[in-house]
Amino acid sequence: MTSLAFLIPIALAAGLIGLIAFLWSVRSGQYEDLDGAAHRILNDDEEGPGA
Amino acid sequence: MATHAPVSQPSPLDLFTADAAPGVKCLDLHVPAIHCAGCIRKVEGAVRALPGVTGARVNFTTRRLAVEWETARLDPASIIETLASNGFESRPFNAADAAAGKEDPASRALIKALAVSGFAAMNVMLLSVSVWSGADGATRDLFHLISAVIAIPAIAYSARPFFVSALGVLRHGRTNMDVPISIGILLATLMSFVEMLRGADHVWFDAAITLTFFLLVGRTLDSLMRDRARAGVAQLLKQSARGALTLAPDGSTEYRAIESVAPNMRVLVAAGERLPVDGIVESGSSSIDRSLITGESLPEPVKPGAHVLAGTLNLDAPLTIRTTAVGEGSFLADIIRLMEAAEGGRARYVRIADRAARLYAPAVHLAALFTALFWLASGAGWHQSLVIAIAVLIITCPCALGLAVPAVQVTAAGMLLRRGILVKDGSALERLAEVDSIIFDKTGTLTMGRPLPVGALPLSPEDLRLALALALRSTHPLSRALAAAARAAGATAASVGPIREVPGLGLEADHEGELVRLGRPDWAGSTESAAADTSLLQLAFRKGNAPATLIHFADPLRPGAEAAIRTLISRGYQLRILSGDRPEAVAHVAGQLGITHWLAACSPADKVAAVAALKAEGLKPLVVGDGLNDAPALAAGHASIAPSSASDAGQTAADLLFLGDSLEAVPAALRVAAKTDTHVKQNFILAIGYNLLAVPIAMAGLATPLIAAVAMSSSSIIVVANALRLRWSAR
Repeated sequence: MTSLAFLIPIALAAGLIGLIAFLWSVRSGQYEDLDGAAHRILNDDEEGPGA
Repeated sequence: MATHAPVSQPSPLDLFTADAAPGVKCLDLHVPAIHCAGCIRKVEGAVRALPGVTGARVNFTTRRLAVEWETARLDPASIIETLASNGFESRPFNAADAAAGKEDPASRALIKALAVSGFAAMNVMLLSVSVWSGADGATRDLFHLISAVIAIPAIAYSARPFFVSALGVLRHGRTNMDVPISIGILLATLMSFVEMLRGADHVWFDAAITLTFFLLVGRTLDSLMRDRARAGVAQLLKQSARGALTLAPDGSTEYRAIESVAPNMRVLVAAGERLPVDGIVESGSSSIDRSLITGESLPEPVKPGAHVLAGTLNLDAPLTIRTTAVGEGSFLADIIRLMEAAEGGRARYVRIADRAARLYAPAVHLAALFTALFWLASGAGWHQSLVIAIAVLIITCPCALGLAVPAVQVTAAGMLLRRGILVKDGSALERLAEVDSIIFDKTGTLTMGRPLPVGALPLSPEDLRLALALALRSTHPLSRALAAAARAAGATAASVGPIREVPGLGLEADHEGELVRLGRPDWAGSTESAAADTSLLQLAFRKGNAPATLIHFADPLRPGAEAAIRTLISRGYQLRILSGDRPEAVAHVAGQLGITHWLAACSPADKVAAVAALKAEGLKPLVVGDGLNDAPALAAGHASIAPSSASDAGQTAADLLFLGDSLEAVPAALRVAAKTDTHVKQNFILAIGYNLLAVPIAMAGLATPLIAAVAMSSSSIIVVANALRLRWSAR
C-alpha cells in the first residue's frame, strides 16, 4: 500500500502535465488554422511564424 | 484614386488599419483565392518582400492575411497592389468585422472547461475503479478524499457555463435544460462531500464530474458550429461601401468614412464601383446594375438628374452624385428596419432541446420528491431517503438529452458543409425540417443573376481574339460575360493598339489599320433593330467596314434549377415566385419551371407581406432569395436560404448559404434537415428509454455510483453513435 503514496501523485502529475500542455496549445492559437498547418508542411522554405 | 495620396493624407485603407505598436500598424485582408500550399508561400513571400513589412501570416482556414508594417516606410495601398499583381484579389476587413470572424471567447472558455473536466473525470474514474474493485477502510476513505480534492475545484470551474445559464433563466422565472443539469451536478457534489465526511461506502464525485464532461462535449460542439458559420458569414459580409470619395467645391477630393458623408455633398463613383450613398446624378452618364436592390435584371441607363440608390453598381463611366440621403434616411436603412421588424418572429422560436426541458425538468424533480416521500413514509429515515432521492436526480440528469441535439446537428452541418451548404445555427435545421412551402426570388436565385451569351458565340476565331482583347478592358457585365465565354472557348486575347473606352457606348481600338468596336449595337453600327427592352442585353462587334455581329445575352436559369424544382414539387412543397422584376420576365421563368403561383414587381415590403400572409394561413414558408430587396423576406420566413452570391443583407438574413451555382442545394438541404429531425427524435426516444430503465433502479435505492457511471456513459455513447449514423442514412 505504500506504493500508493508514490503512484497516485505520479499519475496525477502526468495527467496535470497533459492538461497544462493542452491549455497552453489552445492559448497560443495552435488550433486557429488547422487546414493551413496541413498545407504549410508542403512548403520547404517556411521561415516560421511571424518571420 | 485620381491622385496618389502621400502617406499623411487619409486613404481608404485607414478605415481598416489598427495600431499594433508605436509606428507599426496592422491590417487584416480577406484573400479568397488562397487555396493551396503554393498560394500561402506566394502571398506571404510577396508581402514580406515589401520594404517595411514586419510580419505577414496567412490563416488558410479563414482565407485571411494579417500584415504588420512600419507606417513610415510603407503605404498600405502597395500591399493590395502587390497582391493584385500576383493574381490575388484582396479586401480589407473592418476591425469590428474581423472581431466577428474570430473564434468566440465563449468557445475558448468551453474548450478549457472541457479539458479541465476531462482531466478530472479520468483521474476520479481511476480512483473509483479501485474502490469498486474492493478497496475498503482507510484506503477507500483516502481515495474518496483525493477524488473530492480533484472533483470539487474542477466542477466549480468547468460547470460554470451551466450554472450561469440556469441562473439567467431562473431569474426570469423560466426554465431550460441547464436548470435540471445544475441541480443534478450541485446536489451530487454536495451529497458526496457530506458522505465522504461521514466515511460512507458510496460517493458520487465520479458521476458529477463525468456528467459535466459529457455535457460540455455537447455544449462545445454547439458553440464551435456557430463559430464556424459566423466566420463564414463574416468573410462574405464585406461588399458594401464603407467610405466615399467626396468632391469639395474647390475641386479637391477626400476619402471619407461613410458616417461622415452628409447630404448635399458631391461624391465621385468610378466605373465598376458600388454606389456608397443615395443621390441624384449631377454629371456623367452611365448605366446602373440594380439587380441586388430591385431584382431587375436589365441594367438601367442613367443621366444627370436621375435618382440612384446606394448598393447599386455603376457599370460604364464615372459619375458625380449629389448625396440626398445617408444613414437613417437611405433606402438601405429602410430595408434594415423592415428586416428588424421581420426578425422578431424567428427570435420567438424555441429550440427542440428547450421545449423538451420544459416537460423534462418538472417531471424528474417530481419523481425525486415522490421518491423521498415514499422512502420516508416507509420508515427509511431522513438520511437514506435523501440519498436515494438525490441518486434519482443524478441518474436522470439529462446527459444524453444534452448531447442528443448538438451531436446530430453538428454531424448534419458537417455533411452540408462538404456539399457547399453553410448552416448559420442549429435552430435553422430544426426550422428547415418543419417547412411546407417555398418562396423563390427570381433574379439571382432561380436565375444566375448575371448575363451569359445565348448559344455559341457567332464570331470567327480571329474576331473572337479581338473581341476578347476589348472585352477584358471593361467591367461591364456583358463584357465580362463575353470575356469568360471567349476564354472558355479557348481564345486568347489578340494584341491590339491602345484601347479607348467610350463611356456608355463601348470600347474601340485600332488593329492593322482597321477600327475595331465592341459595344452598344447602334454605336457599333448594327443595322438590326432591337426591341427596346432587350437592347441592353446585346453587344455588337464590328471590324473595319464588315457588317456588325450581334451577340445576344440572357440571364439563364441556375444549373440544376429545373431538376430541383421538379424534386420539390414531387415532394409536395407549395412553390411560389416573388420577384421585383417585370411581369413578362417572371412569367417566362415561372413557365419554364412549371411554377403556377407567381407575383412580379414586388417591393421589399410586398414580399414581407406575402410571407406574412402565408404564415397567417398556417404555412411555414422557406424563403430562397439573394437580393437586398429579399433580405426582409428572408428574415420573415420560417427558414431561409441564400446563394453565396447574394447581397450582404441577404446573407446576413438567411439561415443557410449555398456556395456553388446549382439550385440542387435547396432540395439537398431540405432532405438533410428532414433526416436530422428524424435522428434528433430517435435520440430523444433513446434518452427517454434510458430514463425508463434507470429511474426505477434509482427509485428502488439500487443506484450505486458504479451503476450510475455505467448507465450515463453508455447512454451518452449510444446517442452520439446514433448521431454519427446520420452520415450513412442521409447520404
